[in-house]
Amino acid sequence: MDLFEYQAKKLFAEHGVPVPTGKTATTPEEARAIATELGGKVVVKAQVKAGGRGKAGGVKVADGPDDAFAKATAILGMDIKGHTVHSVLVEEASNIAEEYYASFLLDRANRTFLAMASREGGMEIEEVAATNPDALARIAIDPLTGVDAAKAREIAVAAKLPEAALDGAAELLAKLWTVFVESDATLVEVNPLILTADGRVVALDGKVSLDENADFRHPENAAFVDVSAVDPLEQKAKEKGLNYVKLEGEVGIIGNGAGLVMSTLDVVTYAGEEFGGKRPANFLDIGGGASAEVMANGLSIILGDPSVKSVFVNIFGGITSCDAVANGIVQALKIVGDVTTPLVVRLDGNNAEEGRRILAEANLPVVKPVDTMDGAAKLAAELAAAAA
Amino acid sequence: MAIWLDENSRIVVQGITGSEGTKHTKRMLAAGTNVVAGVNPRKVGQQVEGVPVFGSVADAIEQAGANVSVIFVPPKFTKDAAIEAIDAAIPLAVVITEGVPVHDTTEFWAYGQSKGTTRIIGPNCPGIASPGLSNAGIIPADITPGGRIGLVSKSGTLTYQMMYELREFGFSTCVGIGGDPVIGTTHIDALDAFQADPNTDAIVMIGEIGGDAEERAAAHIEAHVTKPVVGYVAGFTAPEGKTMGHAGAIVSGSSGTAQAKKEALEKAGVRVGKTPSETARLMADIMRSL
Repeated sequence: MDLFEYQAKKLFAEHGVPVPTGKTATTPEEARAIATELGGKVVVKAQVKAGGRGKAGGVKVADGPDDAFAKATAILGMDIKGHTVHSVLVEEASNIAEEYYASFLLDRANRTFLAMASREGGMEIEEVAATNPDALARIAIDPLTGVDAAKAREIAVAAKLPEAALDGAAELLAKLWTVFVESDATLVEVNPLILTADGRVVALDGKVSLDENADFRHPENAAFVDVSAVDPLEQKAKEKGLNYVKLEGEVGIIGNGAGLVMSTLDVVTYAGEEFGGKRPANFLDIGGGASAEVMANGLSIILGDPSVKSVFVNIFGGITSCDAVANGIVQALKIVGDVTTPLVVRLDGNNAEEGRRILAEANLPVVKPVDTMDGAAKLAAELAAAAA
Repeated sequence: MAIWLDENSRIVVQGITGSEGTKHTKRMLAAGTNVVAGVNPRKVGQQVEGVPVFGSVADAIEQAGANVSVIFVPPKFTKDAAIEAIDAAIPLAVVITEGVPVHDTTEFWAYGQSKGTTRIIGPNCPGIASPGLSNAGIIPADITPGGRIGLVSKSGTLTYQMMYELREFGFSTCVGIGGDPVIGTTHIDALDAFQADPNTDAIVMIGEIGGDAEERAAAHIEAHVTKPVVGYVAGFTAPEGKTMGHAGAIVSGSSGTAQAKKEALEKAGVRVGKTPSETARLMADIMRSL
């Protein structure tokens, strides 16, 4: 889960990482009130989970409360790379002497953690990495020893930070590491990390990605979920313990196993090219079990999506045998009731013959059994096109 | 012969008294696997499906001669279970558990590396099966007989699908390496082991979106693998920024796309199927021509 800047900064502050004082506002009036409280110049920053906010006009300096009102009026409701701005962060303006970059992240390829830091901050770090790779220090962090004061200083020195910023940066980096570890983050990034005119090192921006697998030890993370951005069907699926992702197409997909479902999306997309570009409407992995209840939950979510014109149920019977899955489908259709959307079902693997026999015997007009994955994808796309 | 798991494998199940542990112990036993021990410090002396429960992995090694651990404990306790297996210096630990925090995996993997005595497979994987010899994990044992194809895959069900489609040839070993961002055994480790295995003639490699493991495997194949390799990558049509079921399966920007992986593999001389069935046909052609 990616956090908004204000959420990232809240985590930073909790761990002693210096950040500018500020608060979020969802209306221009609130922005004015916060600016009044802070006094002096403020910065009004769009809160969206997208890069390039500055370039898009989502970050503005305001001279005082009335100007903060005006700037917030302009920014709230803006669209930045497809994200609507619902709130702004109003912060005291900082007196910036220099801008740097610092991050800790999971290094998948090397199966370890990585610190990246640079004297060149404030611009996209991918750009620095591409145009001036020597300016970006990359230091591997041993997961067993982490970042202590000495390691933090080593990172700051490797980034070629100036003498004036070294102590402050090292101290900040050590605290930022505690954010990374204690929040179970896969990324904590500060860009820019600034040296102020009066010699302090401050995190002027913050980007944090959290590992959802670790949610069980962070109940407080529930507050970070951006309810406005969650698709209602995805929310419903999550409550039922299903792994569902809404997509843009017309063919509903149910399968068992993440890899098989990803593969199903591909095969349906290829098949759909022949039928005017029909595409998958969703990703839904019902897991190894595929009981009647799970199948019914999955079906009801998919059929709750008005764009779905046909459904492809793609099951490989491994641990669960296909006869159990077939019974699950028959019962699920009874539970959901009044299903008119065609259901193309492909059962393969363990006890597939018996599963197909059960479906045939149930004689359900909406169920269209097909023996192969490729053939089933084609029929599902064809039926979606016919219904459109 | 096979890789990493064979008729001499003696399995200890960590978490044998939990519902998943018990269920799959039963299945492994039914497949003829030599499950010699379970571990639960609070249930020492009990039996599960006739398998004795010990207080630690070290006891299971010492008293039952275990040499492979299969870990079914919940995510919260997985790191400790893996570290226990590593401390006992068991040669192979297979972590089935899904949903392990990546900080935990990174830590126990680093710990395992520092000790240098335990190969880790997983987490979030279906395990490893050498059909007809032994089965450590949850891969259905009756899909395919033994044979001379080696298989390494990030995905469970796609593994089963491929085993099923190629059952007339059979498999030496099938390794499910798991779909998490950090995993213990990689495609490259399995490719090397299959290359060295005299009873494997050809290799199927199944990847999916996210990370760059497939690209690195491709470079490795080009330099070190002479046996024929057929590949499949799932997730060509996955949108950017959405996690597709597996914690590691996400396209971010231009990195991790299926297209990039396919191109890298093809450049290394790997024939890549567009669908699982086409991939199986490519392998069948190779097996018939050998």
